[in-house]
Amino acid sequence: MTEKTPTAGPVGIRLERVSKRFRGGVLAVDGVDLEIEPGEFVVLVGPSGCGKSTVLRMIAGLEDVSAGRVYLGDRDVTNELPQHRDVAMVFQSYALYPRMTVRRNLGFGLRMRGTPRAERERRVAEVAQVLGLDHLLDRRPAALSGGQRQRVAMGRAIVREPKAFLMDEPLSNLDAKLRVSMRTQLSLLHQRLGATTVYVTHDQIEAMTLGQRVAVLRDGSLQQYDTPQRLFREPVNLFVAAFIGSPSMNFVEGSVSGGTADLAGVRVPVPAGTPLAGAERPVIIGVRPTAMALATANGWPQLTVEPSIVEDLGDERYVIFDVDAPRVDTDATRAAVAARSADETSLLVTERARFTVRLPTDVPVSVGEPLTLSVNPDRLHFFDPQTGAALG
Amino acid sequence: MTVESLEADRSQAGRIRSRWSPYVNTARYLVLFAFACFFLMPVYVMVVTALKDSVEVSVPGMWELPQRLSLESFQAAWDKPAIRRGFVNSVLLAVPASLISSMLGAANGFVLAKWRFPGANVVFPLILFGMFIPYQAVLIPLTRFMTDLNLRGGNDPTGGLFGLTLIHIIYGLPITTLIFRSYFAGISDEIIESSQVDGAGMLRTFFFVALPVSLPAFGVSMIWQFTSAWNDFLFGFVMTSTKGWPITIGLNNIANVQTIPFNEAMASALLASLPTLLVYVLLGRFFMRGLMAGALKG
Repeated sequence: MTEKTPTAGPVGIRLERVSKRFRGGVLAVDGVDLEIEPGEFVVLVGPSGCGKSTVLRMIAGLEDVSAGRVYLGDRDVTNELPQHRDVAMVFQSYALYPRMTVRRNLGFGLRMRGTPRAERERRVAEVAQVLGLDHLLDRRPAALSGGQRQRVAMGRAIVREPKAFLMDEPLSNLDAKLRVSMRTQLSLLHQRLGATTVYVTHDQIEAMTLGQRVAVLRDGSLQQYDTPQRLFREPVNLFVAAFIGSPSMNFVEGSVSGGTADLAGVRVPVPAGTPLAGAERPVIIGVRPTAMALATANGWPQLTVEPSIVEDLGDERYVIFDVDAPRVDTDATRAAVAARSADETSLLVTERARFTVRLPTDVPVSVGEPLTLSVNPDRLHFFDPQTGAALG
Repeated sequence: MTVESLEADRSQAGRIRSRWSPYVNTARYLVLFAFACFFLMPVYVMVVTALKDSVEVSVPGMWELPQRLSLESFQAAWDKPAIRRGFVNSVLLAVPASLISSMLGAANGFVLAKWRFPGANVVFPLILFGMFIPYQAVLIPLTRFMTDLNLRGGNDPTGGLFGLTLIHIIYGLPITTLIFRSYFAGISDEIIESSQVDGAGMLRTFFFVALPVSLPAFGVSMIWQFTSAWNDFLFGFVMTSTKGWPITIGLNNIANVQTIPFNEAMASALLASLPTLLVYVLLGRFFMRGLMAGALKG
C-alpha cells in the first residue's frame, strides 16, 4: 500500500433524496440526503429496521433506488450495476467463497477486473502481510477461525483499492473482546488507507468510536448527521438524545416558566437568552448520567434522592434512583431503548422516572441512604413533548 | 420437582425412555430385517443364478448356492450383440443426457433462486409442471414430431439414439431445475452479492462462485438423471431402431424372444444394472458433504 497503483483514489459519495420502497409497499428509506467527503469514515447507525443497511446496499447497487440519485464522486451511478461501481463491501456474514483458498478469495475481485496476474499476486501478498494472513493463504475458509475469516473479508475489500468501502456490521459476529480490538484495528487501517468508508452498525458505541461523522437513522429517515461530539452534546431530537450515549440520557417530564425549569420539584435555571427562557410550557428534560455530581457548594441546584440500585464498576459507579416526576414514554424513547440491548428495558414498570447517574467511587453510596446530588444547569436538554424536537 | 431439576434430569438421560424400550428396539430391528430379506430375495436369486454353470441351473435348485463359481454366463451375455451394443448405446445415451441436463438445470436453478427476474414466480411452476406430465401423454405427438425431424429410428444414422438423448435431456430439466433451485436457495445471498460487488456479472458469478459449491446438487441430479435415462424403456422402445437400442430393450428382447438359459439372462440383467450402482457409489459421497463450510461467520 506504499506505492499507489494508478487508481483515482478515494472519492466522495452523495445521496440526493434517496428513497426505497420495497415490493409490498414498505417505505424502508425516505428521502435521505447524505454527503460523504472523499476519505471520510461515516457510520450509519440506528435501530434494526431503520433502513441503514438498505442505504448501504443502494450505494453498492445491490438494491434498486426507488427515487433520488446516488453519486460516486461526480459520476451518477444510480442505475449502474454493482459490478461496475468499483466499491468493495464487507458483509456481516463475511460471505467468503467457500471453494476458494484465502489467496483466491483475496484475488477474486482483481481477477474479475482483469488485473494482470503478477500485479494481482503482488497486491494479494501485500495485503495478506498487512493483515497477518500470509501463513493462511493456501487454506480454505472452513479451516479459519472467526477472526481470521473476518480479516479475509476485510482483505478482500482492501486489496481492490476501490473507490469506497462499504461495511455492513462487519464486527457483529465476533466475540466482545475481539470486537473491541478489531474496532481499533479498523480505525488504524482507515488512517493508513485514507479510503472513503461507509460503515453500518446498530451499536452506538461502535458508531461513536469509529465515525468521523455519524448519521443517525430512524424509520428510514435521517435524524441527524454530525460528528460524534455534536451528536452527544447537541442532539436535535429526543430519539437521537436517547439513542446516543451510554448509559442513556435520563428523561423526565417537566415544565418551563419564568426562566426556570421544574425538574422533579427542583427549579433549574434555563440558559438565558434562549427563546425557552421566556417561554411558559411543558417540556421533556433530558439529563446525561454525567451531568449530575455529588452536591458541593458550587451553587448548582440540588436534588436529594434515595438510591435503589448501586452498580460498582471499579473506578466509576452508576447509581440508579427514582425521581418524583412522571416517566417519559414516547415512541422516540421507546424506539431508542428497544434498539439498545434488551437488558436496559425495565422489567418492573414504574410510573416514576428512573434516573441513572455516574459518580466517582471515592464517596460511599448505599441503597436506601439519602444522597444529595447537584445538577449542572448548562448540561440540561429540553425537548418538545409533542414533536420531540430539541428546544432552546 | 422444580423446573430446573426436571430439565437437568432430561438432559442427563438424553431422551425420555420407557422401560420397554429395549424390547421395542429389538422387535423393530427384527421386523426391518425380515423386510430387507424379503426385498433382497430376487436379488439373491439373480446373483446366485448368474454365477452358476449352465448345467447347474434348474428351477427346483434356484435357492441353492453355486457349487463352483463360474463367470461363463457373463461372457456369454456380453457376447450377445443385443447386450453389448445395448450397453454401449445406453452409456452413449445416459452420460450426455445426465451431464447436459444437470448443467442446464444448474443454470436454470441458479437464475430462479439467485438472479430473480420479473416473472420468475410464473416460470418456475411452469417448469415444474413438466415433471407431472406422464410419458404416455406426450408419446404420440413426440413420435410424430421426432419422425418429422428425421431423428427417430430408421432414418437416423444413430438409430434414433441422438433423438432419444435429446428427449431425456429435456424431460430431465424440470427435476434438475428443482434440485438446483432448492440447493441454491439454501446458499447465502451475501456470497452472490459479494461476487457482484467484486465485479463478476451473472455468468461469472455462476461459474466461479455458484457452480463450485453445487457439487452435492450435481451428485443428486446426476444420479437421478443417469438412472432414469438408463432405466427408460418406453421412449427407447418407441424412438430407436435395432441399431440404437438401449440395453433395456436388448435385455427385454433376449429374455422374451430368444430362449436362453436362466444363468445368461440373470448375468445380462446384472450387467445392465451395474452402471447405475456404480454411479451411485461414485457420486453418493457428494450427498452428505457440506461444501459451504466456512463461507459464513460459522
